[in-house]
Amino acid sequence: MSSYNNNSVRLNAATKVAVFGGTHGNEMSGVTLVNLWMKNSNEIQRKGVETKPFITNPKAVEKCTRYVDTDLNRAFTAENLSAPGGESLPYEVWRAQEINNMFGPKGSPEAYDVIFDLHNTTSNMGCTLILESSKDHFNLQMMNYIKKALAPASCLVLLNEHPLLKYSTSRSVAKHPVGLEVGPQPQGVLRSNIFDSMRVIIKHALDFIELFNEDVEFPPCTVEVFRVLERVDYPRDANGNIIAMVHPNLQDCDWEPLNPGDPMFQTFDGKTIHYQGPGTVYPTFINEAAYYEKQQAFVTTKRETLVASAVKKS
Amino acid sequence: MPANVFLGACLPKLSRVAVCGGTHGNELSGVYLIKELMKRRREADDEEQPILVLSNPRAAQQCLRYIEVDLNRCFSHDALNAPLSDSAPYEVIRSREINAVLGPKGSADSVDFICDLHNTTANMGLCFISCSDSDWISLHIFKYLQLCIPDIPMRYLHFDLSHDEAYSLDSVGKHGFAMEVGPQPHGVVRSNVYTTMKTALELVLHWIRLFNCGTVFEGGPVDVFTLVKHVDYPRDCSTHDIVAAIHPLLQDKDFCLLNPGDPVFQTFSGETITYNGSESLYPFFINECAYYEKGIAFSLSRKSRVNVPSLRANRDQSR
Repeated sequence: MSSYNNNSVRLNAATKVAVFGGTHGNEMSGVTLVNLWMKNSNEIQRKGVETKPFITNPKAVEKCTRYVDTDLNRAFTAENLSAPGGESLPYEVWRAQEINNMFGPKGSPEAYDVIFDLHNTTSNMGCTLILESSKDHFNLQMMNYIKKALAPASCLVLLNEHPLLKYSTSRSVAKHPVGLEVGPQPQGVLRSNIFDSMRVIIKHALDFIELFNEDVEFPPCTVEVFRVLERVDYPRDANGNIIAMVHPNLQDCDWEPLNPGDPMFQTFDGKTIHYQGPGTVYPTFINEAAYYEKQQAFVTTKRETLVASAVKKS
Repeated sequence: MPANVFLGACLPKLSRVAVCGGTHGNELSGVYLIKELMKRRREADDEEQPILVLSNPRAAQQCLRYIEVDLNRCFSHDALNAPLSDSAPYEVIRSREINAVLGPKGSADSVDFICDLHNTTANMGLCFISCSDSDWISLHIFKYLQLCIPDIPMRYLHFDLSHDEAYSLDSVGKHGFAMEVGPQPHGVVRSNVYTTMKTALELVLHWIRLFNCGTVFEGGPVDVFTLVKHVDYPRDCSTHDIVAAIHPLLQDKDFCLLNPGDPVFQTFSGETITYNGSESLYPFFINECAYYEKGIAFSLSRKSRVNVPSLRANRDQSR
């Protein structure tokens, strides 16, 4: 599961960096922070790199809704990015093409080096960094740096490399996409503590980039990650209606072990449904509001230790 | 004084009772509870069951608070009797339908009692919200719940409006209240919140059955929180955008006494804004998501003690 490379990974300086907010228009920490930084970006500037704050889904932000036509954070597929139709396309598909032109093109040498995409969740996930590739040594080193800077406060890493469950995020146009997910926070609500946490994570992330650009070498390190295994839906009846809720023993227990036989759901008339998987898993995104329509009550993960190669500017 | 003289209040039996959920379509405890009760109604033919109403089915279907306008602001006497235009919003039309079934509000034909189910993102526990501090039915039900489920934090909230002025759905009946349970994000069902609401509703209906059977309920004091004022977020003068969030020391402190000088907001540059009122008051609906657009960061209330008389149903059924 871990990759080890004796040689240091050499990369170009990270000079094109962006911070996205409002990819989901009702996730308020990101919307608020990016709006603040668009007025005054001093806080996010570092020597040698200009960080661009950007509201990705302004129509959704205006209506304080997750999306207008379709989820922007699922819209960056190759098919969508090359679809003809311009403004007659669903709003978020058209917007994805615009974002790809400004910050990509995805997969090309001109694409932005790093994009941070700010999200909130109704789940009790605390501070979470989302990684899309286990071989992105730059991101692994940055996440290691952030975790150490925040300690003893917790900041966990979720790795979504699953061939079927991985999705095409707004940040995926960059060479090094980083998702920030902080919860719990209701949609449409701004909580001070959650806002402050997200702000501090970005501060440390940009500090890392500045150090990297100043030729600091980050030695090999290990990073504990939670790798996405599968999506678990709510029990439903023949008509597709939800017939049970996340069990009180599982509610708010993101990242804690779920063992075979443990309570998982509670029907509306009080019966318990137990987890029947083959082994212990670590659930997360437990009871995220936006995932009811995506048939997801939670995702299961397994713990893994990745080894990051040394990383230095070339 | 002859024995057997009852010195308390006598009120007519509550023959027609309604339970409403999904008045806001994304407040899911009520949506799911009403659907569950309707499903069980089909399976068991019970007599003397309450009328069940899914108040805003279109909003519930889309998991939104409302489609065009807030349904729970459509039920004042003036709103219900204003002429209806062809382009009236969905919720205005729906409010007239509900008034026809459960009302007409203010008339002898209106239902005797309405319980309207709501959730809030604020840390309010269980709250009864009523426009009266002298509706003995509602106050006795509250006392009864306090007795039966003492571990659940609960408060009685009073918005001082006349019955005609009251704009919420529960005001359509002769008696009633909104039952608010939080904290719960909109669009989410938390099992503990659902269970609290289900248990509380069962006790409400149980009290009504006891009342209708002639039980005498002993009077006593009940603490009531009466709305004094709403407080908005600090805003930028030109853009009207919010420039501060609820202070971490106020967040989740619903019904903890707020004193002059206590922190209430934290600006995005980290400064603390304090409460500059002259009177210590009890805050509630702190950081309720739906109230951002209504210009409410939190509301403030005064606590008073109401002496609720003993109560029993009228023995003479002609009203």
